[in-house]
Amino acid sequence: MSETIIKLLIAIVAAPLVGAIIAGLDRKVTARMQGRVGPPILQPIYDVLKLLIKQPIFLNRVQILYAFMHLAFMMLTLVLLILGQDLLLTLFVHAFATISLILGGMCVRSPYSRIGSQRKTLMLLAYEPILVIMVVGIYLSQGSFMASDVVAAGAKPLLLSLPLVFIAYMMAMAIELQKSPFDVASSHHAHQEIVKGVTLEYAGPFLAIIEIAHFYEVFLLFAVVYFFWAPYNLANAAVGMALAAGAFLFHIVLDNTFARLPAMWIVRFMWVIVFLMATTNIIWLYRLGTI
Amino acid sequence: MSVLAKSPWVVHFNCNSCNGCDIEFLACLCPTYDVERFGVVHVGNPKHADILVVTGSVNHRNARVLANVYQQMPSPKVVVACGVCTSSGGIFADCYNVLGGVDKFIPVDVFVPGCPPRPEAMIDGIVKAVGILAAKAKGIETPVADKPRITVSPSPKPVDETPAQEPDEVGAVK
Repeated sequence: MSETIIKLLIAIVAAPLVGAIIAGLDRKVTARMQGRVGPPILQPIYDVLKLLIKQPIFLNRVQILYAFMHLAFMMLTLVLLILGQDLLLTLFVHAFATISLILGGMCVRSPYSRIGSQRKTLMLLAYEPILVIMVVGIYLSQGSFMASDVVAAGAKPLLLSLPLVFIAYMMAMAIELQKSPFDVASSHHAHQEIVKGVTLEYAGPFLAIIEIAHFYEVFLLFAVVYFFWAPYNLANAAVGMALAAGAFLFHIVLDNTFARLPAMWIVRFMWVIVFLMATTNIIWLYRLGTI
Repeated sequence: MSVLAKSPWVVHFNCNSCNGCDIEFLACLCPTYDVERFGVVHVGNPKHADILVVTGSVNHRNARVLANVYQQMPSPKVVVACGVCTSSGGIFADCYNVLGGVDKFIPVDVFVPGCPPRPEAMIDGIVKAVGILAAKAKGIETPVADKPRITVSPSPKPVDETPAQEPDEVGAVK
């Protein structure tokens, strides 16, 4: 019982703080890579606190509802994952969190916001099949859809049986983290391109809610990387942490190396190269008969 | 220090500028000056911004747009007017379409003089604006900014004080 409460506390209280620090480190490391000093590591927390005390401006009440739904479903996704629940359910709740954001962008009469939402829909279309294949791969490898079985004592590391799916997941993760070749829907850097995409019409505290949901998402994405090395004991957990740190550096290098791609190019890339790569891994697992 | 002072997000609006100030302002974001170390993010959306940086003089077409951009910003908000054009119209003051400085249309909190101002001066202006932002958040009345005392208005004079060239026979130079 007390273990559940600790897990819930991690999911609800610690996760956004860790996500904010990861985002802050991201900005700092990116700045250092570009030869700049960069903002303080706690900068994302300052940004959110500032947005919370700004004047609340909104266009309609539904927009606010969608911002809160985005946050609530993102929190629910993380709670489900940390409590070791069904991975398929986790995935669908996460998709609904993203859909709330898309609907929030669509419910206002702003062309930039709508273009951002349409691009976000295309991105959802691009990465969602990869995530479903990942969950299927986890089932083929572990014989269970439960997240708790991935971290159960004696479980095999997923990375050994799903190396290609891991690479595919890295690509899906880059889309969700809004990293450079894939940041068409809403970018951290190019605020001027389609202004700010989906979050354009959110201001003040409502933007802060979306930022907090993004911190939950950052934590969630790195937690999935961590799960790829069956972290049931301390040695394995250390390897999982190293894997997450490697993924973090990979995404920063990716962000700083590549120029932005057109939205349809991303869908084609994800559905042809990445999808085939992940499917190859599944076929390979199936032929080996590891079930 | 208020959190407002730690994360000033800046929106940049070019009224009628010759782009000199804009290029110098964008230089602030480059590695040499790196204004992001103060938490400044250059946003393209007035709804996300705390500081409005205006360059250039106001004309008949953009007066309404400037007021609209200003009104879309959630309060507390601060206006930084960069360059001499924003205070008086600068070298464009005599143009038939120029209405004058930015302060005729929206309240300006900081004037940054220069044509164009150096990036250091603009960073100085933004840091001063951040202090005003924190004061506004606490409800403290902030004074209206002083205009720069030296300006090229109403029309520029030759630097070396030699008499202006005689106009040619066509009378192109007035």
